Amino acid sequence: MSAPLLDVAGPAAPPRANGEMVFAEPWEGRAFGLAVALAEAGVFTWDGFRDRLVARLAADPAAPYYGCWLAACEDALVAVGRLGGADVSTRAAGLAARPAGHDHDHDHDHDGHGHVR
Amino acid sequence: MTDDDPGPALRTAALEELLVERGLVDPAVVDGFVRTYERDVGPLNGATVVARAWSDPQFREWLLRDGTAAIASLGFTGPQGEHMVVLEQTEQVHHVVVCTLCSCYPWPVLGLPPSWYKDPAYRARVVREPRTVLAEMGLDVPPERRIEVWDSSAEVRYLVLPRRPAGTDGLTAEQLAGLVGRDAMVGVAEAVEPS
Repeated sequence: MSAPLLDVAGPAAPPRANGEMVFAEPWEGRAFGLAVALAEAGVFTWDGFRDRLVARLAADPAAPYYGCWLAACEDALVAVGRLGGADVSTRAAGLAARPAGHDHDHDHDHDGHGHVR
Repeated sequence: MTDDDPGPALRTAALEELLVERGLVDPAVVDGFVRTYERDVGPLNGATVVARAWSDPQFREWLLRDGTAAIASLGFTGPQGEHMVVLEQTEQVHHVVVCTLCSCYPWPVLGLPPSWYKDPAYRARVVREPRTVLAEMGLDVPPERRIEVWDSSAEVRYLVLPRRPAGTDGLTAEQLAGLVGRDAMVGVAEAVEPS
């Protein structure tokens, strides 16, 4: 696709027209990209994914959009037999239990809220 | 967040790990999709289509007859753009687009939808009371102009072709494209007049 040179500041400037970020947080972009990649690879059909997104949005209209998107992606994978219902929870619990990374600040000083280090 | 709910960021990371281990996705491919829709694909594509239609009557006729082919001829293709229908704003009819069930949207020409388009209030209300919703969004449609609401489906994606503003006769295609915002191509705004 030969996209034209982008006008990054003008009225039609993608991707943040009207000052809006496409993804509010990195995980939203990841969840988006996973579903698109899975559909493009034929792991599930886009229609199959969309049906589950519609169901998730209808079940909880107040829920954050990309939370529904992520759940729909899991639902669609379970439906085609590529994921067990508890797989993600189990793996996520394992990730949560991992020793904190090098950038994590172990601060056991619980009465020091708000002070500047 | 409770102990049994790791939160969406951790769930997403866990899901991606599992899918990569099982050979179902390539992280580089995911990276590519995220980057494309974060940075490269946006309303400027649609604005380019609109500007061309305003300047080239033959293209405009083709666009209204076979939106998918005319849009693809400018290089704008990809997921969610497989079946494009273009709706022309006229003095008699004002078109506005919604996806009542989720958020179907023509990615190749507009990028990903803004948050208001995904909002349950817009999805429900624009069908029931389009004139009121458009007025709340800053667009007063003249009372004599009929409003038609188009609900995107699993099959069809819509692009609105706004009316060309007055005083734009001498403008280049790039200048014309600059007058066409995303909201005008969904039908919740007009193209802006040159300043």
